[in-house]
Amino acid sequence: MSIARRVPNVEPAAPTLLRGGRLLDPSTGLDSPGDLFIVDGRIEHVGDRLESTPDGAEVMDCTGLIVSPGFIDVHCHLREPGREDVETVATGARAAAAGGFTAICAMPNTSPVTDNQAAVGFIVRQAQLANAARVYPIGAISVGQMGEKLAEFGEMVGAGAVALSDDGKPVVSAQLMRTALEYARTFNVPVIDHCEEPTLADGGAMNEGIVSARLGLKGIPAEAEEIMAIRDILLARRTGGHVHLAHMSTRGSVELIRWGKERGINVTAEVCPHHISLTEERVLGYDTNAKMNPPLRTAADVEALREAVADGTIDVVATDHAPHHYDEKEREFADAPNGIVGLETALAVVVTNLVVPGLISWSTLVDRMACTPARIFHLPGGTLRRGTVADITVFDPDAEWTVDPTTFLSKGRNTPYAGMALRGRNRCTIVEGRIVYRASVT
Amino acid sequence: MTSPIGKDLLALEPLTGDQIRLILDTAEPFKEISERAIKKVPTLRGKTIVNLFFESSTRTRISFEFAEKRLSADTVNVAASGSSVQKGETLVDTARNLEAMRIDMVVIRHGSSGAAKFLADRIESNVINAGDGTHEHPTQGLLDLLTLRDHLGDLAGRKVCICGDVLHSRVARSNLWGLKKLGVEVGVCGPRSLLPNAIESLGVTVFDHIEEAIEWADALNILRLQLERMHAGYIPSLREYNRIFGVTSARLEKAPRDLLILHPGPMNRGVEIDSDVADGPHSLILNQVTNGVAVRMAVLYLLAGGNAQLAEAAKGQGER
Repeated sequence: MSIARRVPNVEPAAPTLLRGGRLLDPSTGLDSPGDLFIVDGRIEHVGDRLESTPDGAEVMDCTGLIVSPGFIDVHCHLREPGREDVETVATGARAAAAGGFTAICAMPNTSPVTDNQAAVGFIVRQAQLANAARVYPIGAISVGQMGEKLAEFGEMVGAGAVALSDDGKPVVSAQLMRTALEYARTFNVPVIDHCEEPTLADGGAMNEGIVSARLGLKGIPAEAEEIMAIRDILLARRTGGHVHLAHMSTRGSVELIRWGKERGINVTAEVCPHHISLTEERVLGYDTNAKMNPPLRTAADVEALREAVADGTIDVVATDHAPHHYDEKEREFADAPNGIVGLETALAVVVTNLVVPGLISWSTLVDRMACTPARIFHLPGGTLRRGTVADITVFDPDAEWTVDPTTFLSKGRNTPYAGMALRGRNRCTIVEGRIVYRASVT
Repeated sequence: MTSPIGKDLLALEPLTGDQIRLILDTAEPFKEISERAIKKVPTLRGKTIVNLFFESSTRTRISFEFAEKRLSADTVNVAASGSSVQKGETLVDTARNLEAMRIDMVVIRHGSSGAAKFLADRIESNVINAGDGTHEHPTQGLLDLLTLRDHLGDLAGRKVCICGDVLHSRVARSNLWGLKKLGVEVGVCGPRSLLPNAIESLGVTVFDHIEEAIEWADALNILRLQLERMHAGYIPSLREYNRIFGVTSARLEKAPRDLLILHPGPMNRGVEIDSDVADGPHSLILNQVTNGVAVRMAVLYLLAGGNAQLAEAAKGQGER
């Protein structure tokens, strides 16, 4: 089969009228029933119900649904280039759209590593071809993610990178982290760290605690994360750079971030849906779909993280979507790879664990999944303001469904939520006025 | 049909005190078979058992093999080296291949915690864990319990201290659960760098000094200190370990009572245990080895569907 020259299949979007939904946009304080009208990929009207249907408009009845700025995931792994058997930019972007994400940020731990402008440009091109959710590349901090030589931030940002990270690996050298935070200031992009003190975490397969003691698995103590979190916060204070702490998992990290924010330090942080919904107990039975890094922690950590999402200490929810081939997960626990897929369950896990119990409002959910990610990563979207780009998610807050991994659009099936009943489901995802996902259910 | 101890024996943690007592009681009549001139009964005739050892083992593998042969089972030994495992076969494929050969039982020793359960979840055959990583080694725990019971009678209210590298010891975990379920007070003693951080929440008393443990306990179960622990930096030297934590006759002489001494082997004489203790009058180390065969016969018998009440009859009239 020849490799044909491929051209993005982008048809001009028809004007679309989202009728009668609950328009919810914390960035403008909007929360009322009404209509939203999209023309030429921009929000033409938002608010009161339109008297008549504009000529040629496609009308979508949104009664009972929430119409919000499109969700943005600042942390996922799309495996391309290198492991296209596990995920590609295209399948990841489609999975994202199915989950209600209009944009996702792809981590650079690909093979080869996304550590130069050509590699960044490749991701941008693959994303254009996918014609689903937007995909923004994240460039590596160090060449080859080796933790030694600074990668070319300027050229990568010029090619489309929106942040820098060696995610998957911590930035071990404090001096390198300091330099990265300083150097990134010119380009006004966040530096993301995977906080893990490597000598403490070495060989660990789960949280260190009573469950690891029972299972005879080597533990990763909370301090492995917290030591690096406070190091990064202190370096952000020293440099004035923006440090973004990936996948925070412990009560102690929450306290350290709070400490930093109280002092005006430029630190932001994310939490993953699994860290606010599951505990280390889930590892009992050695289920490798409960293996991730950072590991599932204790109930006290989960409680602290939930509170931190509610009070804003944790800025955003991010999936850390990490597809793996089933063969790789189907093995001895200590040898199985870390990570789970998350794009297609994130919304429902957050709704079920934070909104349903009354810990956060729908408005806060939209803020942590759409508005704040756009703001802190300086991305388009994250608002329903008139005249802005029409990146929009329409979701059913009351839909109850059972997770069936075989229906995922991601190539990954590695989820601990299989068979679990959840609430809240995406119905329609719109990127620049184009419908990139529409649920088949009525 | 599921046996009174379940389909598999993977760990002592999920068992009840009654189930553990059932295994120990079942082992009693099997002890005698090994004392006969002709050490064989037909109980498991026609059953096929694979001994799948991914880690090297002498004592445990031979003990299982004797138990199987004395019950007349057909056995095959597979060592990881020289097998398909060395050619890169995954554990799940190994499991499927065993299943396809319609075997009745698998005894598995593996370096990864949870490996025995992994296998048991994927095959119909009965699985016996002969040690999985740093998780459990249930038949070792059972033979330690049987040995203690032989000498102390009812174990409820007795005090047993597990000494040494609890962090990396599957023997320690199986002993801990087994002892607790029989009502024994459990202590652990060793450098904190070799104890799980959360050990107290498992309901044990921690001793930082071996002298305190000796004063407190009725019996000591002394774990093997693996040389790798020193190289990995958990302790500075074996010499200092012996000076601070070694069980010596000088320390035992100060005890208010005679302590029973157990050790799962292989021993590092002069490190965790001194020779005069290992060879002394209160050492049960060889009794443990003898009981190992009987306990494993009992486990094989029960998992194969044997009735505990019939164990006495099952051993047959015997050709003495």
